[in-house]
Amino acid sequence: MSHAWRPLFVVIGVFILFLIVRAALVPADFVAKNGDYKYQWHRLGNEEEWKNFKVKYKGMQYCGECHDDQYEAITSSKHAKVQCENCHGPAIDHPEDPETLTIDRSRSLCLRCHAKLPYRPSTYYGLPEGPIRLAMQDPDEHNPDMECVTCHDVHRTEFKEDADF
Amino acid sequence: MKRRDFLKLGLITVAGLTLPLSAFELLTPEALASLRKKERKGRRWGFVVDTTRCVGCGMCVKACKLENEVPFEANVSRTWVERYVQLKDGEVIIDSPKEARYGYIKNDPQGREIKEEEIVKGFFVPKLCNQCEKPSCVQVCPVGATYKTEDGVILVDRSWCIGCMYCIQNCPYGARFIHPVHNVAEKCTFCYHRITKGMNSACVDACAFGARKIGDLHDPNSEVYRIVNTQRVMVLKPEFGNEPMVFYIGLDYIVR
Repeated sequence: MSHAWRPLFVVIGVFILFLIVRAALVPADFVAKNGDYKYQWHRLGNEEEWKNFKVKYKGMQYCGECHDDQYEAITSSKHAKVQCENCHGPAIDHPEDPETLTIDRSRSLCLRCHAKLPYRPSTYYGLPEGPIRLAMQDPDEHNPDMECVTCHDVHRTEFKEDADF
Repeated sequence: MKRRDFLKLGLITVAGLTLPLSAFELLTPEALASLRKKERKGRRWGFVVDTTRCVGCGMCVKACKLENEVPFEANVSRTWVERYVQLKDGEVIIDSPKEARYGYIKNDPQGREIKEEEIVKGFFVPKLCNQCEKPSCVQVCPVGATYKTEDGVILVDRSWCIGCMYCIQNCPYGARFIHPVHNVAEKCTFCYHRITKGMNSACVDACAFGARKIGDLHDPNSEVYRIVNTQRVMVLKPEFGNEPMVFYIGLDYIVR
């Protein structure tokens, strides 16, 4: 047989080697779902993996199961639509892990919504009672040396009884 | 063998080799059906952002990062809030300091002291992955690591992504980035792990102002269906042809 056939056999050999490696490395569930090579070409098992990703934020009602006093208070206040976990962080596996959530008393937390900006919408539509004014303050003028929670009760959106002003 | 016969045989062999059997897969009924554009039934996730209600508190960004394990101090986020401030001289200042993960507390667009009298208008625009109907990012992935689920969410297979960043380059909305820990492509998934359990996305729950809404665009009982089919809504960058599924109320012409 002529030696000129050798390169062809090499190419075929490399190609077969590639097919073997491909069969070994590519997972069996790697398909073009619905025959769609453009948008649905993937490893099918990954969909379940994403669905099983751990949920960290549990929602207000989960908090209310134990902390019913604060839950009742906040849901009847103007902060009714503010999630507990917004300010306290995600519950994750609380009360097992973490045992306690942080209580952030800093001004900067309240200012995220309540700092007066010229372009911040001044009407709040989140409550079932209808639109109300969004209370805003100029952070440099309004008691700049104190924590907001000194006078303001966050869970009842009222002044604290012992607020001294 | 004569040279002529060899060349003829060679040509036929090469021509035959260019037609692997798997090419005939294109003729299966499923593949042919997918080429014909058809109205897909079943759930299709959609999102509505009401920019008239967003106050720039950034709670959505904080919730997203903590829910989806994106390192909080890293300057990347699956969602972010942009601030647009238009001045009297026509200049538009756009910024998103640290993706707004600490919210907007000062009137300091791009760190500049802007006097209130100079401002014509300003507003906040939350942005996230648009989970496009024709995602160009999925189309360019060389290895098939990113894909569209049957209910319309675009996901990334972390074990398969090679980190080439072609999808990041390709997204017209800048929604994708490299995850600092996993070193693969990362993007908003509409909190797929939550919405498939009947919960809302973390950002939707975190927004106390109702600026973010998620739902099934094919379900006439969902709020997003009602809004998209009754109110005047707009999408970002429609000219790219990706057919984004995040609809904005109150989007302004100065928004990029």
